[in-house]
Amino acid sequence: MKTYPVEINVNGEWQKAEVTARDTLLDILRDRFGAFEVKNGCAQGDCGACTVILNNKAVNACLTLALQANGKNVMTLKGVGTPDQPHPLQQSFVEHGAIQCGFCTPGMVVSAKALLDSNPEPTRNEIREGISGNLCRCTGYKKIVEAIEDASLKRGK
Amino acid sequence: MKFTEYIKPNDLSDLHHMMEEYKGRSTVIAGGTNLIPEMRNGEKAPELLIDISDMAELSFIRENNGSIAIGAATTIAEMAASPILLDNSPILASAAKQLGNPLTRNRATLGGNLANASPCADTAPPLLALDASVEILSPGGKTRQVPLSKFFHGYKFTDLGKGEILTGISFPKPKDSTKGSHTKIGLRNAASICVASIAVALDMDGKTCRKARVAAGSVAPIPMRAFRVETLLEGKEINAALLEECMAVVKAEISPISDIRGSLEYRSHVTAMILKRNIKRALKQEI
Repeated sequence: MKTYPVEINVNGEWQKAEVTARDTLLDILRDRFGAFEVKNGCAQGDCGACTVILNNKAVNACLTLALQANGKNVMTLKGVGTPDQPHPLQQSFVEHGAIQCGFCTPGMVVSAKALLDSNPEPTRNEIREGISGNLCRCTGYKKIVEAIEDASLKRGK
Repeated sequence: MKFTEYIKPNDLSDLHHMMEEYKGRSTVIAGGTNLIPEMRNGEKAPELLIDISDMAELSFIRENNGSIAIGAATTIAEMAASPILLDNSPILASAAKQLGNPLTRNRATLGGNLANASPCADTAPPLLALDASVEILSPGGKTRQVPLSKFFHGYKFTDLGKGEILTGISFPKPKDSTKGSHTKIGLRNAASICVASIAVALDMDGKTCRKARVAAGSVAPIPMRAFRVETLLEGKEINAALLEECMAVVKAEISPISDIRGSLEYRSHVTAMILKRNIKRALKQEI
């Protein structure tokens, strides 16, 4: 099996791994780097549970080869904020109860972070559009949209 | 399972060397939004991936000498937000904006959308309506241009020969007198696969249609031009009677199938309806 070295900056720390050409960014984030906050839902780009920010763009980690992330910056949910220092979005998700089973939450928060980075005060429609790549099987979209809207308003103040 | 090799050219001259060296046994990967799931589920097992996703020379949207050119590695998100496309060819920007979802649009590329040659390729109908040509690079470094209307040969089958790479597209900058409109019908607003789509570009001389380009998606084995509808429109004053005729002709010209997303009957009906609406919307007139 031919392998290739990659070096990827995950949440500010450079991580190294030997990968095959077929390994996806999702595979190595979870299996090599222990980034279990990146969820494996459908592994084919339908659900958004594995959303990460790759060089400032929100992408599906399952639709990106590990080799395509070589030398780049990856931000996962843990890079957005931590339990000690939550991002306003994470705080807002908690306050609004925008979490049911929680499986989509990491991807939702990361997509919302990318949205607010490029559009700090989105309309409700822009929020819906911004998270349209992320499926919530509990269908708890209303509270998720409200949480993102509230975080954007609080940040704007 | 055989393993896959991976190489990443830094620039076009690198790419030429690699195409020459690995003639015929390489598969190009850019965004990978189609190819990666196909590799995962075993549909495709490429021997060698040539990754063009970070090639700056293939990632551009330019306007010069009355022509607009887009590099194959340009992402769909870049197209949807491009001031050049929003100003000159809003039907293309509109189609890009409706492809997949924000996550896939950040990876998926123009070249991939066309080279994958699905009948539901979202960027194809507006590009057909804009008279776009595809630029193809052959091993050995020669390039050739093919009108997009001759690029699609059949279901997921294109004019690309062994080892050839689609490097970009170009189309003449539409004239001020050219009026366009585009509609994609999906089963939901976001992340939908096209059930039927129509793109029109009508060059108008007052009320008379000088030149018509009408293209449809998801209603034939390939993204198609509706040549008979175009002929019917050209040289005529567009009125309600002509629109009814167009609806009948487009139904005869398309060859939709029934699948999980829609029946043949539905596709036929909705294609005629959105054709009428798009012509009316392009002309912004009540007829």
